[in-house]
Amino acid sequence: MDTAVSVLNVTKNYGDVEALRDLSLDFPRGQLTSLLGPSGCGKTTLLKIIAGLLEPTAGNIEIDGKQITGPGEDRAFVFQDFALLPWANVLRNVSFGLELRGVAKSEREAIAEKYINNVGLTGFEKSYPHELSGGMRQRVGLARALSVDSKVLLLDEPFSAVDEQNRRKFQEDMLELVRNENKTFIFVTHSIEEAVYVSDQIAILLPRPSRVSEIIRPKGFRSAGVENIRRSKEYLDIVDQIWASLRNYVE
Amino acid sequence: MTIFGYKLPGMSSLILWALIWEIVGQTGWTFFIPPLSEVIGTLIDVIGTPAFLKAIYETAYAFLAGVFFAVVIGIPVGILIGKSRLLDELILPWVNIFLSAPLTALVPVLMVLFGFGMKSIIITTTLFAIWIIILNSRAGVKQINRSLVDMARSFGASPLDAFFKIYFWAALPEILGGVRIGVIRAVKGVIIGQLLISIVGFGALFELYSNNFMMSHFWAVLIVLFALAFSLSEFLAYLERRVSYYASSR
Repeated sequence: MDTAVSVLNVTKNYGDVEALRDLSLDFPRGQLTSLLGPSGCGKTTLLKIIAGLLEPTAGNIEIDGKQITGPGEDRAFVFQDFALLPWANVLRNVSFGLELRGVAKSEREAIAEKYINNVGLTGFEKSYPHELSGGMRQRVGLARALSVDSKVLLLDEPFSAVDEQNRRKFQEDMLELVRNENKTFIFVTHSIEEAVYVSDQIAILLPRPSRVSEIIRPKGFRSAGVENIRRSKEYLDIVDQIWASLRNYVE
Repeated sequence: MTIFGYKLPGMSSLILWALIWEIVGQTGWTFFIPPLSEVIGTLIDVIGTPAFLKAIYETAYAFLAGVFFAVVIGIPVGILIGKSRLLDELILPWVNIFLSAPLTALVPVLMVLFGFGMKSIIITTTLFAIWIIILNSRAGVKQINRSLVDMARSFGASPLDAFFKIYFWAALPEILGGVRIGVIRAVKGVIIGQLLISIVGFGALFELYSNNFMMSHFWAVLIVLFALAFSLSEFLAYLERRVSYYASSR
């Protein structure tokens, strides 16, 4: 298996509190891996360490075999609360990643325009975030992350602040993105159904101390088409199996 | 506001108060309040005279210089103590003390330190304005959404990029609020400076007119001063409204 991102023996302490202990995990290239677990299992901490936003206390992260030292152009982040600039319109928000990377204005706006179109926000270029719904805001966040064309996309509970119907649409779109974009996706979620629906690989994280307890790789149901995934027996079995191992950790 | 089905334009209440002023003035009830029409007549006579223009110039110079230093020092200091815990612990108590201190009592000390000239007046003006600007800039930075900072870092923002493209804009509504209140306090500062330190500018005019019981002159100068301060404050309030659309959604 071709590995894009490796987490090697990562430990993270906050003072006396152990957030992650000696955690290792591989992320296959071109696939979507979910980090799934109860709250407090350190999944967002792990994602931020991979992003280079947090430094591990011990261990390291390798991307294509090279150790990372901080945030880099090979990774782009999608935030749970969207993290849009409220004083900038959609076009500037989508091109903001490119702006920080020093791409000229006309060029970055052309690229942004393309991704605004891809996520279905054509016509909203001049709108401001407060004029958009939650779902549309996250489309802006997604377009911004896609437009910098990084090899690795990090998504921190991207759809948890989005309403149910939009979330379903997002999940279908994720499958298409993974198929078409040839990127490695790392996806943090607390929703079992969501993880099973979108993932090629699911890493179950358990707390106290945080560790990878299980890795599940769904096989058959993806080829049945998006309409049939939620009815397939394998999908339902995996959801049940994960719930069985997580239920003890839910207070 | 609507009365008997007519929509009144903004600030209509001023017309009512102006009318009352005129009536009280016309009755000759007290020398202290001459009729408004007389005050406005005096204003028109006085406004072009060299003495008045000199007073405006001296006051405006001290005021603008004082506000300039308050803004240029206050905003960065506020942003810095908002970002650094250590600087916050060191500086914040002093900001709070000076914000609520009766600064007028400090003016004699300033005179000893900086002399009786323009310098002391400018410093007085700055001292009146700067503390609220620092405090508000700090508050603006404190409420920044953590994930905006993470976002900028994850896309590779340099510290300078982060300062000018994130921190400054995110704190701008509070900064403008602080500058607006600071400017109003600076008007007090400059007049107190011109009354206590050296009798120049508008302070000198107030002194001259009130000592000689030239009440319509006194009121004319006061109206000019009020109009200037009011326009400035309204202009800054307008800027504040321009950014208020995102103030609630940061």
